[in-house]
Amino acid sequence: MDKFADDTDRKLCIIVSKGTLDGAYPSLIMANAALAEGIETHLFFTFWGLDVITEKKMGHLPVTPVGNPSMGMPQAVAPMPGMATVATKMMKKKIHDLDVPDIEEFVEMLSDMGAHLWACRMTVDMLDLDEGDFHESVEAVISAGDFIEMSEGAQLLFT
Amino acid sequence: MATETLAGTTVEVDDEGFFVDPSNWTEDMAPELASHVGVDELTEDHWTVIKFCRTDFAAKGESPTLRRVSTEAGVPTKQLFQLFPKKPAKKMSYVAGVPKPKGCV
Repeated sequence: MDKFADDTDRKLCIIVSKGTLDGAYPSLIMANAALAEGIETHLFFTFWGLDVITEKKMGHLPVTPVGNPSMGMPQAVAPMPGMATVATKMMKKKIHDLDVPDIEEFVEMLSDMGAHLWACRMTVDMLDLDEGDFHESVEAVISAGDFIEMSEGAQLLFT
Repeated sequence: MATETLAGTTVEVDDEGFFVDPSNWTEDMAPELASHVGVDELTEDHWTVIKFCRTDFAAKGESPTLRRVSTEAGVPTKQLFQLFPKKPAKKMSYVAGVPKPKGCV
């Protein structure tokens, strides 16, 4: 007997298209929540979302106050040198203080939880990357068509 | 309020079966609770997790998340999914008699 078993056969597919901290974390957190519920979860990283799984970049995702009025910085000041660095540092510290893992550890954790991670073929070609540039938990570089086939019957999130 | 009889004692539980008052929980209730969620035998590793849930809840006032169990109790995430299949966060709290975890990560 398993009182928490469900027979809904739920499946979640998330398209991650942003490579900023405020763009990436929501997707990773949703994926984490879904996996903890035993939901089959796939993440498809495309355009700047690819940075989230690129070894050289995943540790350095930024957040910028430019064009981001929600951060509360006057937009005339936001583009000044060093502002993005300060904002990134602050957000990373806040996230760390909440005991939420940094991006690298988060990706590893999702993989340990059974997430399926995929890189977008077109973006990989556009940015002159290859499979070796990605975190080891990435299963393969696949096309948009492959992902659409894979997501049949799934709930889909575009972020 | 629903009740459940475990190891000869009747306790109050919420709609999903989580303990209303975690202090009503005793160790001899754990095997029966585990059997409700598809865990037939409690190994030493299960007990490590259960005991951490108990002490962490007592210290923090909230049930630990999977990440807390992996970083603080040293039970890797992968293993948590083996010990409490499919829904480890809910299941470990359920067996340990603490509320459903609220933390996001």
